[in-house]
Amino acid sequence: MTDFESLLSEKVKATKPSGIRKFFDIVAEMKDAISLGVGEPDFVTPWAIREAGIYSLERGNTHYTSNWGLAELRKEIANYLERRFSLKYEPKTDIMVTVGGSEAIDACIRALIDNGDEVLIPEPSFVCYSPCTVLAGGKPVPIVTRAEDEFRLTPEALKAAITPKTKLLILPYPNNPTGAVMTREDLEKIAAVIRDTNIIVLSDEIYSELTYGGTHVSIATLPGMFERTIVVNGFSKAYAMTGWRLGYAAGNPTIIKSMIKIHQFAIMSAPTTSQYAAIEALQSCDEDIERMKNEYNYRRRVMVDGFRKMGLECFEPRGAFYVFPSIKSTGMTSAEFCEKLLYSKKVAVIPGDAFGESGEGYIRASYCYSIKNIDIALERIAEFLKEI
Amino acid sequence: MKENLKNKILDILNENCQHTPAEIATMLGADESLVISAIDELEGDKIILGYKAMINWEKIVSDNVIALIELKVTPQRGEGFDKIADRIYKYPQVDTVYLMSGGFDLTVIINGKTMKEVAMFVAEKLAPMESVVSTATHFVLKKYKEQGVIFTDEEVDDRQVITL
Repeated sequence: MTDFESLLSEKVKATKPSGIRKFFDIVAEMKDAISLGVGEPDFVTPWAIREAGIYSLERGNTHYTSNWGLAELRKEIANYLERRFSLKYEPKTDIMVTVGGSEAIDACIRALIDNGDEVLIPEPSFVCYSPCTVLAGGKPVPIVTRAEDEFRLTPEALKAAITPKTKLLILPYPNNPTGAVMTREDLEKIAAVIRDTNIIVLSDEIYSELTYGGTHVSIATLPGMFERTIVVNGFSKAYAMTGWRLGYAAGNPTIIKSMIKIHQFAIMSAPTTSQYAAIEALQSCDEDIERMKNEYNYRRRVMVDGFRKMGLECFEPRGAFYVFPSIKSTGMTSAEFCEKLLYSKKVAVIPGDAFGESGEGYIRASYCYSIKNIDIALERIAEFLKEI
Repeated sequence: MKENLKNKILDILNENCQHTPAEIATMLGADESLVISAIDELEGDKIILGYKAMINWEKIVSDNVIALIELKVTPQRGEGFDKIADRIYKYPQVDTVYLMSGGFDLTVIINGKTMKEVAMFVAEKLAPMESVVSTATHFVLKKYKEQGVIFTDEEVDDRQVITL
C-alpha cells in the first residue's frame, strides 16, 4: 500500500489549511445560521459591467489575450490608477493583468523569494501571504500590529523585524481583517525605513476604494518608493466582481517582467470575458463604487455602534468591510467564542487567530450583509454575551 | 451642513422609510436629535410627503387594472397646462399626472377595478373636458420594475465557502 501522504512535497505539508475554511465547513452544515463571515461583497456586479461581458461573448471574443492582458485594459488601469490614486504607470511595461489580486501576490512573492529569504508580514492580515511565502521557499516573518496603534505598522516594529535576509515587506492596507488604514504620515515613516534598503514592498491595495473618511494613499506615491513597490489591486472588492477573478500588479518593469514569466507558464492569460467587462468597469462605473461604498459606510457605523453597545471594545475601522472587536473581556479564546456563538445563537463570525496568532482575542465580522441581517446578528450576539 | 444631512436622510428614507431616527443617526454618525429635527423640517416643508409601502398588488387582488393615458390638450391662456392638470388630478381614480415634452402633453395613470371602468372614466370624464383634444389609453399588462424595485427579483445569497 502506497502512503500517498509521504509523497507530498515538504512545502505543501508545511502549509496549514486556512482556519476560516475549517470553521465554515461547520456553518455550511447548519441550517438558518446567520453569517457575518463572508469576505466578499453582497452586491451583484453592476449591470453595465455584466452586460459588457455578455456583449464580448456575443462578439465571439473567446480567445486567449496577450499574457500581459488586453492592451486597452492595461491602458484603462493606468488611467484609473492615476485618476484615483495619483499613480503613474506605463501600461505596456509596468502593468500585468492577473487572475485576481491573489495571483499577483503569489507571482510577486515567487518572482522575488529564494530559499531562506525573509518576508515581513504585518499581522493580523489576509491569510495568503504566509503560505505563499512558504511555498516559494521563503520564511514568513510576522510583525504584530496592535489595537493601541490602530493596527498600523509602526516604523519601530518594522525596524526590529528587518534582518540581512529580509527581501520583501507586505503592506496589506486597507487591512483585512482589522479595517486599519495607513495615512500618508504613517506611510512616510515606513518609507523612511525602507527607502535606502534593498527591500521591495508588495502593497496589497485591493480594498483601496473602500476607505471611510479619507482617501487611500499608496506608498508608491512617496518619494523613492515608486521603483521599489509592487502595487496589487483588482476588481473584486471595488466593483463587486469577485467571481470574475480579475486583478493586476503594477510597478517596476524588471519585477513585473519576471512575474510575467511565472504567469505565462502557470496561467497563460487572465479570463478574456472578465477583461472586457473590466474595461467597462474602469470607464464608466466610478459612481457604482461610490454607491456601494456609501452603503458599506452605513453598515460599518451600525456594526461598530452595535458591538460597542454590547460592551465589547471595538476599534473603528477606516477601510475594507470588516470590524474586528475584542472579545478578551469574555475570557474565552477566539475559537471558543466563535464556536459557542455558532452553536448557541447560530451566528457565524471568524475567529481572529485565523489571521495570525496576534488575532487571538478578536473576532472578524463582515458587513457585506443587509442592515436587516446585521441587526438580527447583532441582537443574537448581544443575547449570547448576556448568557455567558 | 444641515442641508447635507437632510440629503443623506432623504437617500436613506428613499431606500427604506422604516429606519427609525435612531438608526439613521447611527448610520450617518450624527446626533439623533439633529436627525429628528431635520426630518420634522423635511415633513413641514412638504419635501417628505408621506411614507408608503411598496406593494405588489398583483399577488393579492386579481381585479386591478392600471392604465397609462396620453392626453393632448390645448393650454389655456394665462394658466398654461396647470389648470387642466388640476381638474384631472383631483379625481381620486387618478394616481399620477405628468406634464410631458414630445408628442403629447399629459401622462395620466389611472387605477381601476376593470378595463371597462377605466375606459368609461376616460370616455365620460377626461375626453369631454373642453381643452382635451385627444386621448390614447394603454393598459399595463405586467409590472417588471417600479421606483427602482424589481418585481420579479428573488434575492438569493449564493456566496460560497471560501478561504478569505
